Amino acid sequence: MNAVHAMGVERWTTTSKVAVVAVAAVLVVLAVGPGIFGAGIVDRLTTLFIYVILAAMWNALAGYGGLVSVGQQVFFGLGAYFAIRLADAGLDPFLSLVVGAVVVGVIAVPTSVLMLRLKGGEFAIGMWVIAALAHLLVNLDTLVRGETGTSLIALNAYAVGARRDGIYWLALAAMVVLLGMLYALLSSRPGAAIQAIRDNEDAAASLGVRVMRTKRILFVLAALGAAMAGTLWLATSITFQPNSFFGVQWTAYMIFMVLVGGIGTFEGAILGAIIFFLIESWFGATGVWYLIGLGGTALVFSLLLSRGLWGAIDDRFQLRLLPVGYRLTDRRDGGDGILPAEVEPAVSSGGEQ
Amino acid sequence: MINQIIQGVLLGGYYALIASGLSFMFSVMRIINLAHGSLAVLAAFALFVLADRFGISPFLGLLIVLPGMAIIGWALQRFVLERGSRVGVLVPILATFGLAIVIDNLLFQQFGADTRSLAPYIGDFSYDSWQLTDDISVGKLAVFTFVAAVVILGALQAILSLTPLGRSIRATSEDPDTVGLIGIDARRVNAIATAIAMVTVGIAGAALAMRATFGPYAGEAQLLFAFEAAVIGGAGSVWGTLAGGVILALGQSVGAQIAPQGFLIGGHLVFLVALFARLFLPGSTFPAMLRAALRRPA
Repeated sequence: MNAVHAMGVERWTTTSKVAVVAVAAVLVVLAVGPGIFGAGIVDRLTTLFIYVILAAMWNALAGYGGLVSVGQQVFFGLGAYFAIRLADAGLDPFLSLVVGAVVVGVIAVPTSVLMLRLKGGEFAIGMWVIAALAHLLVNLDTLVRGETGTSLIALNAYAVGARRDGIYWLALAAMVVLLGMLYALLSSRPGAAIQAIRDNEDAAASLGVRVMRTKRILFVLAALGAAMAGTLWLATSITFQPNSFFGVQWTAYMIFMVLVGGIGTFEGAILGAIIFFLIESWFGATGVWYLIGLGGTALVFSLLLSRGLWGAIDDRFQLRLLPVGYRLTDRRDGGDGILPAEVEPAVSSGGEQ
Repeated sequence: MINQIIQGVLLGGYYALIASGLSFMFSVMRIINLAHGSLAVLAAFALFVLADRFGISPFLGLLIVLPGMAIIGWALQRFVLERGSRVGVLVPILATFGLAIVIDNLLFQQFGADTRSLAPYIGDFSYDSWQLTDDISVGKLAVFTFVAAVVILGALQAILSLTPLGRSIRATSEDPDTVGLIGIDARRVNAIATAIAMVTVGIAGAALAMRATFGPYAGEAQLLFAFEAAVIGGAGSVWGTLAGGVILALGQSVGAQIAPQGFLIGGHLVFLVALFARLFLPGSTFPAMLRAALRRPA
């Protein structure tokens, strides 16, 4: 077999070209959503967008950076808190939602200096301590009034319909921009470094990949995204109670979505968010059993199906919708002959380092 | 002032107790079990049920609960941690986090949001104290908790340093694959080590339930205390853990002096300072020096 000379590297496959067109079509429909759908569906879709942001951002950190954080609720809660503070200071409430998230992104930079020195489980719980500390400090603010909380009253200046549509478009825009940033990052030169680190951190470092800088980019992006999700959640729920925003259940949701969808794959996180959205719609009212089910599912997936549903689909069909990586093709038959040896996807589990 | 320091040191005994199992597992298997606090609360609820429904004193109840915890530890290693570490280093973190969510919510499902305490079942032991001077008295329970922490940490150190089992554990921790060549069953050794760790978790759960009230979601705070004490003390070191627990408790006492809400904040800040010191001045912290002195195998 002298196939070596006939190999090529490609990024775009027929499937991914079709998929990108389909994604664009879905986004066009979503963009005019408030004109088509009823109020209830607009609200539910807003929630879905927030879940997609949460899943994609946690996946960016864990799936690509190899950093499992159980304290991402710190950014979620702080985003909401700063939005409250900014709106209270007189900034337009919609603008406060965006600026609040950006402030958290800035705070994440010095935080990363300390936290990224930790590894594995130490990083995971270290982030949890940071979340607990931030929660306690926010409670000290007299505006928040401890666990009683406060509201984003300024948003009431907008009529109900305009407010609903405004939050919907902001959530959609935030989702597209954040996922676009992640996609651009993964397709760029740092993206190659990120995927090298995901597959083997030590080997990547030995090849000259700047591991720390690359991880910092992911950490800050994940913080920014979680904070944006937090401000959007605040906008949909209006009330800010520290207990619910800084609760570890947010991290449980993120872990569930990413583990079920497929850790370390761009499409998997989105799939996981959609599944979580459906499960929450059907079983969310069952309260405690719903949480037991989420925890149990995360446990089972992490042990038995650690590449998630998308990983299972990918194993069987070699399906890759978004052209994040490159793949080797066999040019002799001129077709889309996909060989098992691929460059981008982790041949090993995405969850490994 | 002296009184606060004494009370802080005694409270540190509880933190060292809850941290001992976490620190032990980290030093042996390099795994942090995120269900650690929830398992301590599970043991506390088990003791509560034995006392409340069957009238069994919590001290006798430990004779039932601790073997149960050992079995849980063995199963945890066999079915979760071992499988997890084969698949990837992130998996044990995710799996034990999922387990913690399941335990917390099952306890909530079973027992509701009410807080419980074992204090009513241990008679005057829960409030008896020794009068040291006119204005300083120490609770008997707090002293016994501290003594228990010292005994358990000493026992863990002795097991590791002096017994054949300890040699196997240390060898497995160095290289789990190679020990097979000299006839050590790494799976069995790790399962025993986790079982030992869970016994300490059961004792910590008993101490928690006797000294204060607890609810189904108390596990999170216990995990954070254990983790903070272990990190302040230099993760993986046995006696450093005791120092870490005491330093954490003193930080909390100082915080509480400054503001009523400052208790937990003070503890978290001490943790961050210790983390900072460890990361930027390696080897210069007190626990690191202590660890270096004690690490020499016997």
